[in-house]
Amino acid sequence: MRKRFVDLSDQAEQKQEERFSIWLKGEGIPFTDASKQEAYLERATLIKDAIQLKKAPRRIPVCPSAGFFPNEYAGITMYEAMYDYEALRTAWERFHQDFEPDAYNGPTTIVPGKVLDLLDLKMYQWPGHGVDKEREYQFVEGEYMKAEEYQDLIDDPTCFFLTIYFPRIFGSLEPFETFPLLPPVNEIPVIPPFVMPFGTAAMQDAFESLEKAGEEALRWRAAVGKISGDIMGRGFPSFSGGFTKAPFDVIGDSLRGTTGVMLDIFRHPDELKEACERLVPMMVKSGVGACKANKHIMPFIPLHKGADNFMSDEMFQTFYWPTLRKVIIGLINEGMVPLLFAEGSYNDRLDVIADIPKGKVVWWFDRIDLKRAKETVGQIACIAGNMPLDLLCTGTPDQVRGYCRELIDAVGSDGGFIFSTGAGMQGSKPANVKAMMEAVREMGVY
Amino acid sequence: MTDALIHAMAEMQEKEALQIAKQLLNEGTDPIAILNACSTAMQTVGERFEKGEYFLPHLMMAGTILKQVSDVIKPHIREQEKDKTSKGRVLIGTVKGDIHDIGKNMVTFLLEANGFEVKDIGIDQHPDKFVEAIQTFQPNVVGLSGLLTLAFESMKETILAIEEAGLQDNVRIIIGGAQVSEHVKDYTGADAFAPDALAGVRIIKQWIGG
Repeated sequence: MRKRFVDLSDQAEQKQEERFSIWLKGEGIPFTDASKQEAYLERATLIKDAIQLKKAPRRIPVCPSAGFFPNEYAGITMYEAMYDYEALRTAWERFHQDFEPDAYNGPTTIVPGKVLDLLDLKMYQWPGHGVDKEREYQFVEGEYMKAEEYQDLIDDPTCFFLTIYFPRIFGSLEPFETFPLLPPVNEIPVIPPFVMPFGTAAMQDAFESLEKAGEEALRWRAAVGKISGDIMGRGFPSFSGGFTKAPFDVIGDSLRGTTGVMLDIFRHPDELKEACERLVPMMVKSGVGACKANKHIMPFIPLHKGADNFMSDEMFQTFYWPTLRKVIIGLINEGMVPLLFAEGSYNDRLDVIADIPKGKVVWWFDRIDLKRAKETVGQIACIAGNMPLDLLCTGTPDQVRGYCRELIDAVGSDGGFIFSTGAGMQGSKPANVKAMMEAVREMGVY
Repeated sequence: MTDALIHAMAEMQEKEALQIAKQLLNEGTDPIAILNACSTAMQTVGERFEKGEYFLPHLMMAGTILKQVSDVIKPHIREQEKDKTSKGRVLIGTVKGDIHDIGKNMVTFLLEANGFEVKDIGIDQHPDKFVEAIQTFQPNVVGLSGLLTLAFESMKETILAIEEAGLQDNVRIIIGGAQVSEHVKDYTGADAFAPDALAGVRIIKQWIGG
């Protein structure tokens, strides 16, 4: 395997500093005045200091995961948030104005419903399309890749995605089944067969839906870009600037499905490992590309199937961690700070996941003993977490403050800690969220 | 030979298990004895899971092997022999608005491995569906599953519907899901909560033996 995904490069440190300076500058953000730019710099510096572990920040940054809470707080439905960009603006502005988190959460997970409609996406149900307009969208588990297709994926991932996977997950792109194989297009006789599929009416319809979906996505990006600019312009740095995934999760979540991938561990172990390896460069590229475009440093990486209950330690070290670590190292070597969000319980993984260079990532935890995390992986990486959702949803402000106190006493003494929630805050009581924000700002001063 | 079947199934040896099961049938082994061997194997898998030696992939693999072996054996069993006494009945389902089922399926597997009769009504189930199923299936325990925070509200509604139907004295209600806690238990009015499959099975065993 190429070294750039295994060993820390000599330039990683310098590249990280360069990327931090780009992020801290906030170039292109329409700051309303100089004091807001200062506030931005101050907040981003809190996060930078927490990450690098060189010194404790002035206070503990508090960066909850907004999830779909802003919609509920503003009283708009999930449907409105996904279809009415003005409603989305109202919700996002109100949330950031009223709660003032240290980092801005862009509405990147509130995807535009019209785009999904136009593509006829099969692997999710969304408001008005399989679930009630008030409900959040949900993933539909399925074997979107069959077990016998591992070799197709390994041989040519691009071809696999274009001609097999897309026709399955996007109803409108079914004609992509006839999309030509690209590498052979290198000599004159191959040109006519290359263009033929594009002459059919079916393929032209598919391109038309892509065209319309693309236009809608651009409208959405313009709207979200304006929302984000306006909020960040009041002094809030964005918490992440890109997205990527662990190779095992790409296969386990969206290709083979949970049941499929779990059985593959026994039935197709070698293909599964090889497919994970094959995805490493693409996952690195995905995180780097988005962060560079957004002048950011942190690609968000939600981790799913490596949680404690999902596999044994041996399976984690055989199937999950090796290629996730390669993605992490690949990102670090490009100057990025992977924002690793370990959903669910990760208590059994703490020693293994500490095998990374110091001060280069954020490990964000959900259901975990954070004190133990601090003593293990917390010695080499900034940790974030983990106000539990059940407390925010069903507890009282006093209970929330009590938990903040406990958490800060346990892990908040010498930097390297970002206070956050264990998951997106949907369902939380506003009074509890307010109590949390105030408590951390008050108690979290070093 | 049934020992070999138990071993193969408990060790996740899919091909071997199927082959041995077919061989046993061909040799004239009583199909009921083969099914009993399957139960023993599943019990071993359940125990290893409880000890932390086995994990979700093992449960799924064991479930798949069991299904294949059962498909081979069942046509050879006469109807009246199928009835067997269970330790108790558990109704389980994922509540309205939530379509997550991994936790629910793990609990179902472990309960069946422990000799309980389980009726799984599936995902995204309206409170009325739970009420109907309680009336027809007459369970001892009702398990409400859900991962999303919106499930808290649905669990509460479901428990309310069970109360309104006057069924709360007939059943004990447990909620399950990665985000549930003492707070959520109190909020929904459930009798117990389980943040993972094992905790759920432990409580249900305490309630109705096993």
